[in-house]
Amino acid sequence: MKKALLVVWLITLTLTLTMALTAPRTAAQGGTVLLTAAGATFPYPIYSKWFDVYHNAHSNIQINYQSIGSGGGIRQLQAGTVDFGASDGPMTDEQLAQSKFKILHFPTVLGAVVPTYNIAGVTADLNFTQKALAGIYLGTITKWNDPEIAKTNPGVSLPGTDIVVVHRSDGSGTSYIWTDFLAKVSDDWKNKVGKAATSVNWPVGLGGKGNEGVTGLVKQTPNAIGYIELIYAVQNKIPYGNVQNAAGKFVKADLAGVTAAAAADAKNIPDDFRVSITNAPGPKVYPISSFTWLLIPAQIQDAAKRDAIKDFLKWMLTDGQKFNEGLSYAQLPKEVIARETKAISLIQ
Amino acid sequence: MSAAATTIAHEVPPQAGPRAFLHRLRQGDQIAHLVTLTFAAVILLLTSMLVYELWINSHLSRTQFGWAFFWTKVWDPNFDNFGAAPFIYGTLVTSAVALVVAVPLGLASAIFLSELAPRNVSDVISFLIDLLAAVPSVIYGLLGIFIVVPLMRTTLGPLLIATVGNVPYVGVLFRGPNYGVGFLTAGIVLAIMVVPFIISVSREVLLTVPREQREAAMALGATRWESTWQVVVPWARTGIMGSVFLALARALGETMAVTMVIGNAAAIKASLLSPGDTIASTIANQFTEATGDLYLSSLIELGLVLFLITFILNGLARILIVATERGGGRPA
Repeated sequence: MKKALLVVWLITLTLTLTMALTAPRTAAQGGTVLLTAAGATFPYPIYSKWFDVYHNAHSNIQINYQSIGSGGGIRQLQAGTVDFGASDGPMTDEQLAQSKFKILHFPTVLGAVVPTYNIAGVTADLNFTQKALAGIYLGTITKWNDPEIAKTNPGVSLPGTDIVVVHRSDGSGTSYIWTDFLAKVSDDWKNKVGKAATSVNWPVGLGGKGNEGVTGLVKQTPNAIGYIELIYAVQNKIPYGNVQNAAGKFVKADLAGVTAAAAADAKNIPDDFRVSITNAPGPKVYPISSFTWLLIPAQIQDAAKRDAIKDFLKWMLTDGQKFNEGLSYAQLPKEVIARETKAISLIQ
Repeated sequence: MSAAATTIAHEVPPQAGPRAFLHRLRQGDQIAHLVTLTFAAVILLLTSMLVYELWINSHLSRTQFGWAFFWTKVWDPNFDNFGAAPFIYGTLVTSAVALVVAVPLGLASAIFLSELAPRNVSDVISFLIDLLAAVPSVIYGLLGIFIVVPLMRTTLGPLLIATVGNVPYVGVLFRGPNYGVGFLTAGIVLAIMVVPFIISVSREVLLTVPREQREAAMALGATRWESTWQVVVPWARTGIMGSVFLALARALGETMAVTMVIGNAAAIKASLLSPGDTIASTIANQFTEATGDLYLSSLIELGLVLFLITFILNGLARILIVATERGGGRPA
């Protein structure tokens, strides 16, 4: 009897599995447009908010976003497994040339990266020159009382201890923005470490995984310095330092300063929006900030999907931007929104 | 099965063909054979698929770097120059530290639990140890961050530098800046993770040693410790070594807990206190954001290298076990 039951059970299991695996995928029903997207993790909180609010207003359009990382987003878009991608760094010329179809960049929000540190007895916000940050991360400035740091922080008693440098261990858009800034302000960095990248061969320091990993290491280790996203610092009330901008002023990062950076550079933004805005000119500009992008194919065969994506982009540039500050993302400047709105017509 | 069906089956003389097959099917033998064969084949298929995928997808990196991939010390995504040496080194060093710490600890605990402790105490403790073996590795990572790292930075690290650091030859292992994170910390966290495996398996093996062996040793005048150390443990050494290799396998492939405490720097340093990185940790850290075909391919080749290391060490383990069996102890 037991054996018979086992046989029945096995047959049922096999049949169910076969049916489950061979059943045709149910197609989108009743005019529902299902869009899939994948990519950057940095803008994930705002994207999921947007896609949710947008779906509530347009119940027939649903967007599924997988925050698998910028690299993964680009690869999946190129392979055609998602309808659109997202990335914290613009695609390189090489990557665009490798793609079988044309890909458009649309900036969505702005983010910034700030230096955070843990020095015994120092509670003031430190002023970091561009040279100081590059020197610390290159390993040429090794003590906290180095003249390059001390000269811009009068009245702060800096110890003569070794600086412990902390960077991200995982590939990330945060590292991309940070190294983009360092490569722009230091020729040594550009020659030794190279251009902006999500992971680089760090000359010195320890790696922490994620913003939380870097913050944890900096908090635990005396005399450490690290870099984290502005959003993360604000939400977790982590103190951070001021950074010297291209105009020579020391600026403490805030959302207005980040938008100012993008506005200051608006005229220089190329038509494909692939631009780095680190170290932008202007006295109020916070210099370590960047766009994050949606990557949209220029040609979309499925008319329903095409209309849905275009409509979403329009909504994102108008109503969508209102959600940014609640989640600590900086809004796009007006000039950029106007140009992007025009660019939507390029999607065909 | 109804009684009628059984009767019919017995009345009709056994024939070749479908009916006989059905008969055997009813007996269950055929099913058991098919099912187990299928599952065994699936395991084999999975392993070969895994190697095949790793091999194919690492093609770009293999042709670009060749054998030099094994000893190149640079990992530079920005200039497309990749070498596995720092990660191979980190993987082997952390696993070695883990075993050096965990084997004596685990073996001693297992001997106590199986030979010396009262049976009910032993059972309770063993249950708790089995529970420890099931704790997710990220929890051990947190334990590392909140307890081992601060301890290493403030107490253990400075102590090691001040004492062992001055001993000739061995001293190089404990010098230089002490951040709290690094090879030694990762090794200790790994040791904490694998100790339950060693204790649990070794205890089971020690308990299977026949009572007569102990009695015979004592009859010859051996003390309890002599009987344990010279008779019981040698008898069980194949099983004990099996537990050590199980622990090694876990240590080699551990990702999350290691990433959290090793410092993640692609560097080869003699000092156990310096930060490093392992193969598994690097793949987990960099895979999602890896852009560029060569970069991705190199990460996949790292996976292949880890597979190779595991394969070689497992092979060595087999050889060692065969060699010790020949050398006496348990009768073959």
